[in-house]
Amino acid sequence: MLKLMKKVAMYSVIGASLLTSANADKTKLTMYYPVSVGGPLTKIVDSMVNDFEKQNPDIDVKAIYAGNYNDARIKSLAALKAGEPAQLAVMFSIDVYDLIEQNAIVSFSDLAKSQEDKKWLKSFYPALMENGTTLGKVWGIPFQRSTIVMYYNKDAFKKAGLDPNKPPKNWDEMISMGKKLTNDKQWGLMIPSTGYPYWMFGALAKQNGEVLMNGEGTKTYFNNPKVIEALQYWKDLSSKYKIMPEGTIEWGTLRKNFLSGKTAMMWHSTGNLTAVKKNATFDFGVAMLPAKEMRGTPTGGGNFYVFKNTTPKQKEASLKLIKFMTSPENSAKWSIGTGYIGISKAAYETPALKKYVEEFPPAKVARDQLDFATAELSTYQTGRVRKILDDSIQAVLTDKKSAKDALNDAQNQATRLLKDYK
Amino acid sequence: MRHVYGWLLLLPGFILIVAFTHYPTVTTFINSFFSNQTVLKPRRFIGLDNYEYMIHDPIFMQTLKNTLYFSLTTVPLSIMIALAMAIFVQEKIKARSIVRLAYFTPTILPMVAVANIWLFFYAPEIGLINQVLHYFGFNEYNFLGDRDLVLGSTIVMTVWKEAGFFMIFYLAALQGISKELYEAAKIEGSSSWMTFTKVTFPLLMPTTFFVMINALINSFKMIDHLFILTKGGPDNASNLLLYYIYDVAFSFFDYSYAATLTIVLLSILIIISLIQFGLIEKKIHYK
Repeated sequence: MLKLMKKVAMYSVIGASLLTSANADKTKLTMYYPVSVGGPLTKIVDSMVNDFEKQNPDIDVKAIYAGNYNDARIKSLAALKAGEPAQLAVMFSIDVYDLIEQNAIVSFSDLAKSQEDKKWLKSFYPALMENGTTLGKVWGIPFQRSTIVMYYNKDAFKKAGLDPNKPPKNWDEMISMGKKLTNDKQWGLMIPSTGYPYWMFGALAKQNGEVLMNGEGTKTYFNNPKVIEALQYWKDLSSKYKIMPEGTIEWGTLRKNFLSGKTAMMWHSTGNLTAVKKNATFDFGVAMLPAKEMRGTPTGGGNFYVFKNTTPKQKEASLKLIKFMTSPENSAKWSIGTGYIGISKAAYETPALKKYVEEFPPAKVARDQLDFATAELSTYQTGRVRKILDDSIQAVLTDKKSAKDALNDAQNQATRLLKDYK
Repeated sequence: MRHVYGWLLLLPGFILIVAFTHYPTVTTFINSFFSNQTVLKPRRFIGLDNYEYMIHDPIFMQTLKNTLYFSLTTVPLSIMIALAMAIFVQEKIKARSIVRLAYFTPTILPMVAVANIWLFFYAPEIGLINQVLHYFGFNEYNFLGDRDLVLGSTIVMTVWKEAGFFMIFYLAALQGISKELYEAAKIEGSSSWMTFTKVTFPLLMPTTFFVMINALINSFKMIDHLFILTKGGPDNASNLLLYYIYDVAFSFFDYSYAATLTIVLLSILIIISLIQFGLIEKKIHYK
């Protein structure tokens, strides 16, 4: 009896030590991610992470929902400073210069060494890679990405005697149709100018054939004539053509405005698609933004980043996780669940997404628009530069400054901020 | 031996105050004389450069102006309304407790929720206020999109939120005033206005003083609503000092400039407290 007990004790000690050593061998990853649109997105992320852990029993992932983009960045960097860093995170795609400057992240060009990894780096839509690529390296892998699209009320189009299947293709048409759509109860168009005015403005500038900054994040083009013209057009929509209300238009209540028929057309993120689909009481359409010189929209949304302060083993595991999360199947699942763009061509070739797009064509507008997309405004000192532009846009829309003065001032301030980064 | 006990009893509070108040204050003060640290630019001593930049920073000047305006309007307004409400619900009216509850309700709600509700009150076209204006044939306003209206709109919301909270203090104080004083006033034939100015109001002074300090400090701390309502816009028309500090620190990553701005905020609060405790308190009648 005594012998038996001794044996049991011995085995249990061995067993326990085996168990702990198995635990110690597990690579532990902490990942922060943001959610900035409605819907049960945390559930989708959790289920994807669970699938990953099942496939990779040696890796343990702690996925932490961290609020909106701003919160996610603050939490990740705070954890870094506190000495309990996350290994990877989804953060705003335009945070890249700040993260490089904080020496917080490693580039995927350095992480992806094998031939297969290098091929994987090339598998995404090029437009989505723009914001994550600088200094000749890739720093961010697209995950929850969007473009601006135009939602329009087909019933209102019919009522105004317009063809509901022909949304405006260019700036002039948008004005002429907008005038027909504007009456006592309804505006023709609303473009939001709080929250992310620089984002909407990036679209107008691109449509007029200009971009807002260079690819190195060291120079802005705020006062180029075509850019000034674009802001003047935005202002004219309300003050001259009267198809849009005066003052600034609130990002947060715009969807409600559209859904309750107070505006016939709205520009908004494709991230709202599922919410509009669920709540619209009328027939609605989704169209690409209209063109002036060309069509155009900035991309938006979040990228994967890997933090510098991680062991080689964790880096390897992080890369594995990111590859899993961005695989065509998971990207398709993500896109259907949210409205975000599938990030690679292969995602749209999966049976699931193929079927969804066939049944619900608006789901592919944002993807098709990628052909005309440009990078979202992002430079060194990004927060400041963005605020300068936001303030200038709002100053023009609220009649404080002319488009020319506002953008000249903005350009001067931005140049001063960026002079050390050449 | 007694000394040791005394110090030991003080120790927990002392540690907390040093760790979370004095130490951060001192490091903030020191940081404001250094440049911001990034990989490209290491931290170095720059003397008063941050302060010089601040004086020429138009956004700082705007936020300072807005903050002072915000405080000097919300504080007296919410105190006056709180006092009026307290006197009203002190009297024997019908459904007194329901009215009291109604006045107090805004206080229970979190600021972010309040801001979300008011976002839809203020919205043009679909907003409650505009629909009422429209119904009676008035012009509609873009409350949050018009630089002349936006700060006023946030002030109205703040007063609505704050007044109910201060009412509770006044209500408690009113119940503490001895009935005999009112009986005496009645016998002397004092009018109700006279009774209020000569009896009620002077006896409420300690409460008013307490409420005023709280209200002023609150008004400088109040930024939650800006995250939802306006983000300080349009074009900084509703930006407040603390929100700007948050922006500088966490959107711009400029911790040293944020430290500089924090020192300014701190100085303002210290000056206010000195004035309150040094000058005003002496004139207050305590029982």
